[in-house]
Order: sequence, then structure tokens, then C-alpha cells
Amino acid sequence: MTDPILESVSLSKRFGNFVAVDDVSFSVPEGSFFSILGPSGCGKTTIMRMIAGFLEPTSGDILIRGRSILDVPPNKRPVNMVFQHLALFPMMNIEGNIGYGLRRKGMEKAEIAARVGEVLERIGLPGIGKRKVDELSGGQKQRVAIARCMVMEPDVLLLDEPLGALDLKLREHMKIELKQLQSDFGTTFIYITHDQSEALVMSDQIAVMNQGRFEQIGSGRDLYYRPGTAFVAGFVGEANRWRGKVTRAQGGGLQLTTEAGLVITGADHGRGLRVGEEAEIFVRPEAIRIGHAVSDVAHFSNQMSGSVGSLLFNGAASRAMLRPAGGGDEIEVALPQSGEFSALKRGDEVHIGWEAEQANAFAYDPTAAAATAKASGTGGT
Amino acid sequence: MRAGAKLGFFLLFAPLVLWLGLLIVIPHIDMFLVSIRERIGVAEYQTSLANYLTFFTEPLYLVTFLRTAMMSILATALTLVIGFPVSFYIAKIAKGRLQSALFLLTLVPFYVSELVRTFGWMILLRETGLFSTLLQWLGLADQPVEMLYNDVAMMVGLVYTSMLFMVVPLITTMESLDDSVIEAGYDLGGSGFSVMREIIIPHAMPGIVSGSIIVFMLSLGNYLTPTMLGGKDSLWFTELIYSQFIVRFNWELGAAFGFMLLFLSSLIVWGTLKLTGQTLEKTMG
Ligand SMILES: Nc1ncnc2c1ncn2[C@@H]1O[C@H](COP(=O)(O)OP(=O)(O)OP(=O)(O)O)[C@@H](O)[C@H]1O
Ligand SMILES: [Mg+2]
Repeated sequence: MTDPILESVSLSKRFGNFVAVDDVSFSVPEGSFFSILGPSGCGKTTIMRMIAGFLEPTSGDILIRGRSILDVPPNKRPVNMVFQHLALFPMMNIEGNIGYGLRRKGMEKAEIAARVGEVLERIGLPGIGKRKVDELSGGQKQRVAIARCMVMEPDVLLLDEPLGALDLKLREHMKIELKQLQSDFGTTFIYITHDQSEALVMSDQIAVMNQGRFEQIGSGRDLYYRPGTAFVAGFVGEANRWRGKVTRAQGGGLQLTTEAGLVITGADHGRGLRVGEEAEIFVRPEAIRIGHAVSDVAHFSNQMSGSVGSLLFNGAASRAMLRPAGGGDEIEVALPQSGEFSALKRGDEVHIGWEAEQANAFAYDPTAAAATAKASGTGGT
Repeated sequence: MRAGAKLGFFLLFAPLVLWLGLLIVIPHIDMFLVSIRERIGVAEYQTSLANYLTFFTEPLYLVTFLRTAMMSILATALTLVIGFPVSFYIAKIAKGRLQSALFLLTLVPFYVSELVRTFGWMILLRETGLFSTLLQWLGLADQPVEMLYNDVAMMVGLVYTSMLFMVVPLITTMESLDDSVIEAGYDLGGSGFSVMREIIIPHAMPGIVSGSIIVFMLSLGNYLTPTMLGGKDSLWFTELIYSQFIVRFNWELGAAFGFMLLFLSSLIVWGTLKLTGQTLEKTMG
């Protein structure tokens, strides 16, 4: 593991009485792709603006290569930022935009022209140097905004939801391209998004943020399979959730009884839930196995039967919504890609089951529940 | 339906056409006709360019015009230099209520008529005025100081009168500049000076140009301020026109002067636009 290039130590920012960023610490290894994922208004841009130098932290420190940069003005920091709305300079052509930073460094004209040509080549837009900003498409502007920062060869590149303004198709495409650019240039990226699929696809590490705090930092895989908090479990990926009282706890395994009387077994993965405590259980749709006969799911510790309420066809990510026989909310189940269930219809009787290990239990936290309920409107694709 | 639309069109455009026609086009045609006739006897006229010739052959007229133009350019430049930071502060630094309050404050002097405003300056600057008394009280002067009736007093008046017409277009254009564009300028290594020169000023250019044209034209055509605040030596070209029309009853020469003012000021504006590589379309767009 290389030394961290950027470190944030107990970083906080208050606006009056409102705490926008609350005691956030993280470190980013050189050359990695680090994402901050969180719902709108959780404080992502505020962190970015503190790193770039446009906001002063209320407390805490920011270190680059081990040295504090709090006293360094924004124009001297070895970081560059791709703004949420790109902020290209409309009064200059593309060459002028990309060469701006190099001119500020006092580089020779010929050298600047060479570098600009090179970077345009690299982002796949050779020969557009003389065009005006408003003569470019959204995706092209996007790439120019990134190129404008990349020529500066910053230690860290900050990207604030750079794909937010693009349409879905282009966004999908740019996701892959961005990752490609990052590994080509070998630059450290700090990437902000409220779109979990962007974060999951591109990042080496993701920090999930909620209400000014970091809930969990880890790889996409960690966050998805081993969420550390109820908020992460609800925010990253999709999940069925049940709330109830813990009626048995033993080793890591426990049993939850919902108000409707449903009994579910799950695992708390070392979170130490006790009997009588209010808890929530999250189960991913793809963790649930579906079968035509009871025997298909007999070996699972959780079993249920129900009828198909509706079918959501979405190619490989198709889902069935099941109405449990015992009542309660519909359960979202991923359909296997084998095509075995392609003939499934509304009203069909099916049986489902899942391992207790796959059912993540957390102590019930009303604030996290409220936040994920709000966030699920904007998160996800 | 079509006829109705046509009628609507005419009704909507009638005020504009009437305004342009009655107040601008017709008087100017008449003025032009007056300016190209020469009086050769009592109520006897002939068409000639003699009036225009007078303008160019009599040094007083030409010198007064050049002086007026130079002073107007100076007043425009001063207004720009003073107005730009003010506009920048209001448009980009002040936020929320402070911003609206400051903007309103720049408008307040214009609630008062120009005459009263100019008179205000006279109260401040005259021999027995506020400044003079203050200087004596502070012991910086041992006798009353007359600060009126000179070029400086006139310049102060001109800049003051024109400020609003510079500040409003500047604020409007600068407000349309996204804050993040300025931040990007700093982020990519720009200093305050280079951000101003490469980003803010180019963006504000249309406002600078239109504000400067308005202020220049207003100063050139101002009558009240130079008359009330200026001294014997600060003769303004409009005062010449006034005296030809009113004092000497020489309408022919007055009309020719009026036309020369229109023509030469347009020439100056056009020349400056060309020189700075700006076009009127860009300014309006
Ligand atoms: N200058 C400010 N003064 C007061 N409150 C602010 C200021 N800037 C941001 N905030 C508040 O701080 C919180 C975090 O804002 P921030 O811009 O960091 O959100 P974000 O996570 O980037 O959201 P989004 O995804 O919508 O861009 C918000 O509730 C916002 O209202
Ligand atoms: Mg933001």
C-alpha cells in the first residue's frame, strides 16, 4: 500500500448552527479512485470546496503528501476541480480553456500549444481547439472540463458530480471513459456522486456519507455485501427491509419477529444486538432464491411462500414482487438469469428462501431510516 | 383573424412609431433643413453649407467641441473606473439583502431631479459651503475656499450624474457570470489580477461598452452640469448650441452645431468600438 496522497483529519464545517460536515476523516492512496456517495444535501460539495480551498474548515485538517494545505490559497493548491456545472470559460475557445492553467504557470506558448494538442488527442477530440465552448455537445464539454484540469497534472483531481448534467445513455458511456482516463493518467480522483451505480462501477474506495458524517468507507464489494450501518444497507443497492423486535440472539445469529408476526432469522455480523431490542433486517433481492416447489428452498433457514404480485422485466435485472402468504409488505426477488422463470405470471404460487447469513440485521435507527427513505428517491438508477 | 392580428400589430407599434417619428425623425429632418440654409437678407435664405463651414473655420467652435469630447471621454473613463469595483462588489461579493440594499442605494440619487442634485453639489462646494467651512474649522485653510466653477467641480458633477447608467449595465452583465467560473479561474492557478483580466472583464465587456456609450453620450449632451458647476473656461458644446438658438437667434448655425454634435459623437463611438474590436450586436446580445 502506498502512502496516502490526501488525508482529511476530523474535518468539520459549520454554517451558523448547521453542521454541514461533521468530523470526517479519510485518507486516499495515490493513484486511486475515491468516491463520496451520499444523498443530496449531505455535505459532499462542502468537503470538496474545503479541499479545493474555497471554504475554510471550522476545525480539522487537510493534508496532501503529509503536509497541511490549510494555509495555501486555492490557486496554489496542487488540486484541481471539475465543477458540478463544469464552469468552462465561455469567453475563450477550447484551446484557451485548456491552456489557461498552463499560461498561469508561465509556460512558453509553443509548449502550451503542444500540451493542449496532446491532451485533446488523449480525450479523443483532436482538432477542436479553435471551437467555442457553446459549439460542443454535453459529453464533449465534459471531456474538455476534465482535460482542462488534467493538463495541470494535479496531485488530486476533484470531480463534483460531473455526470449529473448528462442524459442517461451518455452517463453510462462517460462512466467507463472516466475510469479509463483515470487509469491512463494515473491521477488520484476524488469523485462525488449521489448515484450509487457510478460509485460502484468506478471506485477503488467509496465513502458513504449521510447528514455530514461518513457512515462507512470501503470497496464497493464491502459496502454491498457487508454494510456497516443501516443507512448504508438501505442506500447502497436495493434491499427488502423488515423492522421488528429481536426475539432470540445467539452467536452472530438472531431471530426477529415483526409486528405482523413474521419470523426472520438473520446475522448481526458482530454488532451485538440483544433480545428485546428494536432492529431492522435487510435482505438483497438477489440473495433470495426462488423455487416452484417447497423442496427447492427447503435447505434455507428462512422460507416463505407467496404469490407473484407483479413482474418488473428489466433484462438481466428482472424482478418479481411477491405477496407473502402470511401478509405483510411485498418482497422484491431477483429472477435467475437462466430463463427458468421466464414463464412466471401474476398470481403464480412460488416459494422463496434465503440464508440467515445474507440477512443483515442492524439496531433500528429512526434517523437513518428517514434518510434512506428520502434518499431512495434520488439514489440508484 | 389575420386582419385582427394585423390591427394588433399596428396598435402595439403605434406608440413606438409615433415616438420615433414625432420626436426624433421629423425634428431632425427639419433641423437638417434649417442647418443647410444661409440667411442672405431679411427672411431671405439660400441652400448652402456655410453654417458647417463656420463650424470648421472658427477655432472657438472646433476647440470647444474637442474639449467637450475629451472631457466627456475622461468623465466616461472615470465613471467606469469608479463604477466597476462598485458593480463588482454588488454583483459578485455582496449577497442577499445587502446586495439588494446596495443596488437600491445606487438608485436613490435619481429619485431627485437633476437640477436639485446639481444644486446639492453647489451647496457642498461653494465658498460658504460645507467643505469650505470644514476646511477652515480644521485649520487647513485660513479663508473661504471656492471649489465651484472649475473643471474639477464639473467633472465631479458629470461622473455623479452618470454613475447609475454605468453601474446598472455592469451589474447586469456581471451577475450573469456563474460564480463557479470565477472559482475555476482561481482553481487553475489564476491570481486575482489575471482572473479579473481574463475572465471577469471579458465577460463584462458588453456591459462596459454599453455603459460607456450611454455615459459618453449623456456627458456630451449634458447642459445643466457644465453650466452650473463649470467655470468660465469650461465652456461646453451644448452651451454653444443653446446660445445660438436662444441668445443669438441664429437657428441655422445652432442646427448645424446640433448636427455636428450628433455626427461627431457617433463617429467617436464607432471609432472606439472598432478600435476595441467590439460590435454593437455583441453588446446588445
Ligand atoms: N454557504 C452556505 N451557507 C449555509 N448553508 C450551506 C452553505 N453551503 C451549503 N450549505 C448547506 O450545507 C449542506 C450541504 O451542502 P452541500 O452543497 O455540501 O450538499 P451536497 O451533498 O453537495 O448536495 P448535492 O448532491 O445536492 O449537490 C446543505 O444542507 C446546504 O444547505
Ligand atoms: Mg453538491
